[in-house]
Formats: sequence, C-alpha cells, structure tokens
Amino acid sequence: MASAVASIWQGITYRGKDGHYAWMLHRAGGLGIVLFLFLHILDIFLVGVGEEIFEFFLFIYHSAPAKVFVMALLFGVFFHAFNGVRIILVDFWPEKFSNLKMQRTLFRIVVVMTLLFFIPTAIITVAPIFGVDLALSQLVGG
Amino acid sequence: MSAISRLKYGSPNRFEAFSWYFMRVSGAVLLLVAVLHLLIMHVWYGVDAIDYRFVVGRWASPLVQVYDLALLLFAITHGVNGTRWVIDDYIHSRGWNLTLKAALYVLTVIFILMGATVIFTFDPDTSTTALNTVAAVFAR
Ligand code: HEM
Repeated sequence: MASAVASIWQGITYRGKDGHYAWMLHRAGGLGIVLFLFLHILDIFLVGVGEEIFEFFLFIYHSAPAKVFVMALLFGVFFHAFNGVRIILVDFWPEKFSNLKMQRTLFRIVVVMTLLFFIPTAIITVAPIFGVDLALSQLVGG
Repeated sequence: MSAISRLKYGSPNRFEAFSWYFMRVSGAVLLLVAVLHLLIMHVWYGVDAIDYRFVVGRWASPLVQVYDLALLLFAITHGVNGTRWVIDDYIHSRGWNLTLKAALYVLTVIFILMGATVIFTFDPDTSTTALNTVAAVFAR
C-alpha cells in the first residue's frame, strides 16, 4: 500500500515537462476510457434485456452533467489516440523521431490535433444543454 | 523497477514482447475504429438521437454488427492489457497484484461475453437475450 502510494506520487511529482505531461495524460486517459468502456458495455447490454429498461436509463446520457462528463471523456480519447501515434512513431522509427527537437515538435502536433478534434466535438456535445442541436446529420438533413 | 516488474519485463519473456507489439498494433486499429465511432455517434448523429430503435436499427446491418464486435474486442483487450501494466507498475505486493489481476480477467471475460451476445442474439420482436432466457428458466 505504502509502496503503491509512493510510486504513484513519484509518477506525479517527477518534473519532466512535456514528455512527463504526455505520459501522465496518456495513462490517466487510458484508465478513464477503460473504466467508461465497462460502464458502456453494461448500458448497451440493456438493449438486449428490453426496450423499457434501456430507455429508462437513457435519461442519464441525455442529462447536462453527463454531457460535461462525455466532453472530458472525448478529450481523453482524442489525446490518448494522437499521443499513441506519437509513441508508435518514436518507438518504430527512433532514428527519425527520438531526438529531443523532433519529440518537442511531435508533442506540439499531438496537442494541436487533439484540440482540433476536441473543440468542435465538445461544442456539438454541450449545445443541447442550451437547446441547440448541432449534430451534423441534423444540419445536413435540414 | 519492482521485483515483479524485473522478473517479468527483465526476462526474455516472449509474452511481454508480444504484449508490447499488441498495444501498438491494436492502438493503430483503434485510431480508426474508436475515433470513427466517436465521430459517428457524437458529431454525426448526436447522443440525444440515440434510443432503442436507433441501436436495434443499426444492428439490422451485419456490417455494423461486425464493426461493433471489432470495436468491443480491440478496445477491451487493449484497455485491459494497459490496466495490467498499470497494476504491475504500482501494486508491488504479490498477493494484491495477483488478486487485482485475477479480478480484472474475470470481469473482462464476463464483459466480452455480455457485449458480444447482445450484438448478435438480440431479437427486436421479443428483445430477449441470454439474461431473459436465464431469468425465464429460474421463473419456471
Ligand atoms: C484511439 C486510438 C488509440 C491509440 C492510438 C492507442 C495507443 C496506445 C499505445 C501505443 C499504448 C502503449 C503506451 C506505452 O507503451 O507506453 C497505449 C496504452 C494504453 N491504452 Fe491506448 N490507444 C488507443 C485507444 C485506447 C482505448 C479505446 C483504451 C481503453 C479502452 C485505451 C487504453 C489504454 C491503457 C489503459 C493503456 C496503458 C497506459 C499506460 O501504460 O500508461 N487506449 N495506448
């Protein structure tokens, strides 16, 4: 127990700037996503149990707090996904990507890509709280 | 490195090398499959459009069924293997380490079965799956 706390604390307080932030966010994001994945399998399983029970629980996902939670989750997935690509590039082509300058550049690209995907998705996700439906199928379908 | 990590990751253990490659290959697959899933549900349709008929209607297509099964299998194996790494990193007591991982694997098997059965065995008319069948047996 004490050793678990000590090693988690070491992971948080180590001061490694961008590489350290990337690692912490990648780990926290990954864990957050699996946790949600288990919850998500439970709720989709209810589709098979019956229409009434599945729709009874839907009010949770359609509520405002859930939309804020989903927004955080989306950020976690997009960061984890693009940072995962960075890890793959550095590991498989170290001669090209593992020098410090390239790593800095890659980290910046990861942040930009994450925000590029996150910001529009987040706006569409929270818009219904304010009575606006921005889902693309709605906009296109008229 | 803890004793457990050294024992496992310091030895020429083929499984851990496989596990390392697997995280990268499944990650590349998820980049497409998981991100597309999010874009379809959260950007194209929007979560408020989702109800029972929406889900059942999509599963009428075998393509969607196979897509959802791939998403389930890749996400859960990648996520659980990552969780296993995190447990090995932080939980150094042998007993707790094994207990947590055993619980994780049992949960994983149950959830894969739950996720996979519902995709393929639901029946829109009676909406009966394994759970209802089991419940019916006990109700008799
Ligand atoms: C969307 C595309 C994804 C990509 C490109 C990706 C990539 C990766 C890579 C390359 C690693 C290994 C990191 C390392 O060796 O240090 C990793 C770890 C991990 N991933 Fe993913 N992943 C993705 C999606 C997911 C999803 C959907 C989940 C959850 C269900 C998940 C959960 C995890 C966890 C828990 C870890 C371990 C974190 C750690 O050791 O710090 N990932 N991911």
